Amino acid sequence: MTAAAAVEAEPRRPDGVVRVAMRMWRTRVGAIITVALMLVAFFGRYVAPYGENEGIGVAMKPASELKQPSLFGTGELGRDIWTRFLYGGRPILVTAFLATAFALVFGTLIGLVAAYNRGKLDDLLMRAMDVILAFPQIILALLVISMFGATNTLIILTVGVSTVPRIARVVRGSAVSVVERDFVSAAEALGESRWRIIRSELLPNVSAPLLVEANLRLTFSIGVIAGIAFLGFTADPVAANWGLMINENRGGLLGKQPWGTTLPTIAIALLTIGTGLIGDGLSRAAAGVDRARGDA
Amino acid sequence: MSNSWGVVRFIVRRVLLGVITLFIVSIIVFAATQALPSDPATAMLGRDATDASVAALSEKLGLDRPVITQYTDWLGGIVRGDPGESFNARQPILDYIGSRVVNSLFLLVLASVVSIPLSLVLGAVQARRRDSAFDQVSSFSMLGLASIPEFVVGVILVIMFSTRLWNWLPAVTQIGTDRPWQHMDQMILPTATLVLGAVPYISRVTRAALIEVLESDYVEMARLKGAPERTVLWRHAMPNSLGPVFQVIALNIAYFAGGVIVVEYLFNYPGIGGALQASVRVRDIPVIQFLVMVLAAVYVVTNLVADVATILVTPRLRTRVS
Repeated sequence: MTAAAAVEAEPRRPDGVVRVAMRMWRTRVGAIITVALMLVAFFGRYVAPYGENEGIGVAMKPASELKQPSLFGTGELGRDIWTRFLYGGRPILVTAFLATAFALVFGTLIGLVAAYNRGKLDDLLMRAMDVILAFPQIILALLVISMFGATNTLIILTVGVSTVPRIARVVRGSAVSVVERDFVSAAEALGESRWRIIRSELLPNVSAPLLVEANLRLTFSIGVIAGIAFLGFTADPVAANWGLMINENRGGLLGKQPWGTTLPTIAIALLTIGTGLIGDGLSRAAAGVDRARGDA
Repeated sequence: MSNSWGVVRFIVRRVLLGVITLFIVSIIVFAATQALPSDPATAMLGRDATDASVAALSEKLGLDRPVITQYTDWLGGIVRGDPGESFNARQPILDYIGSRVVNSLFLLVLASVVSIPLSLVLGAVQARRRDSAFDQVSSFSMLGLASIPEFVVGVILVIMFSTRLWNWLPAVTQIGTDRPWQHMDQMILPTATLVLGAVPYISRVTRAALIEVLESDYVEMARLKGAPERTVLWRHAMPNSLGPVFQVIALNIAYFAGGVIVVEYLFNYPGIGGALQASVRVRDIPVIQFLVMVLAAVYVVTNLVADVATILVTPRLRTRVS
């Protein structure tokens, strides 16, 4: 009990949190899965046997019925499934990373400013966040796509904007108690600017929960962006994309060619489980759960 | 007496806040359509349309009126239950959407009726046998399940139960104009997908809330006076854990509001989620506006009900609001 209290009283630095988290097997397994899939997503295209949109035979045929050598056969439009799979991860990962990065910057800023200023500005900012939260993420994205079409910038922006309030709430929640502490009053007494206090006094003290939240949001952003692609909205309709692939090749599930759907399904499931495991490890480390248990 | 006034005042304030939120949401939804690069009449008629036919359609749709009038007419129509006409189906939105709203509600109720009790029981068992093998294994599986996007969970279920692996359940629904309750076998997979998306969250919060309460003094007291553990859990601890659980249930209904889109699309279920996907595809703006407003309203109202319910089941908060 005392150990847990001691850990909680002392805000953890993110490097410490990562170190503690990496001692847990769940974080390690998550990291291995995530890194493996990221390698496939980013570099798979360089070892792909065919071109991204190259037709190699009749559509939806298993490898055994094709003249050309093929690992998993063909999908829609007679394109090689293994090739499409190797190409299809990057668009999802890149947009999900950028959307999360956007949300992290603005969510942290809004959360910290709200916590530090309290009063009217705090109320205004948090009510504005509530309005954004009134739209389920995928619906906000669909609303914008219906108006302007699906471009990468728009998908990144809408998923980013709809993630901002979620991060802002967490940051504000952790920063509110930090604002009350003596070193903040000390910095104020020394005449440091508000901006400097927010950046060098508050930010380091919320970085551990922020790290946990960032990971959680990345996991969700991957899901939302893959989901939008699954619904058929991607910036480039002919480019390979795991979400789109699942949809395009669904017909093969009931026939003889399940791979076009199965491969990207497994990939997205493993990727999100991987980032989820890392997140769980980080949050346990940040909460000091394992350290408290170890001491007890 | 002053106590109950505090609660009433809180509820009134909370309702007002909800109304203001919905009002701002309606402005955003409407403004988004004003930002459309090409005007709706041109979009509907295509590029080859003559100026005269575009002008005629604009007038018919009321697009030549001032923006403010268009907005108030639109919002007034929704409030009165007359949201206007679909561009694409060329019929009143309610005729086009009406039965789909019922279908989606049925799916949502079915998913909630299964997921909420299941999560409460799971969370309770986990909390009671804390750190046991069951707790660890189930918490761990729930963590994995919570990470996977719902449509991927749905596809995995289809792969498992509707293909050559075990060909037990229909892969897509074929309800058409029937009512979904006439085809309960087709409801299993869509419902299961939503349930598997919701259970990890509700059970996790239930577990955490119960563990906190189970460690409190009054629960210890109940144990000391000899109450059996089952009674302690369900009679003494559970009622005080319901506050956060209500919040999560609300969050999950809100989550269903987003999740139905991909899940209905995946299973070809004739609900509003599938309709929204189709409307976005053909840019049927009045339908998109209406559906987004409906889904946002579901979200705002559920959260409102959850906040009020939390106050009502938590004596501590009941006194604090006054």
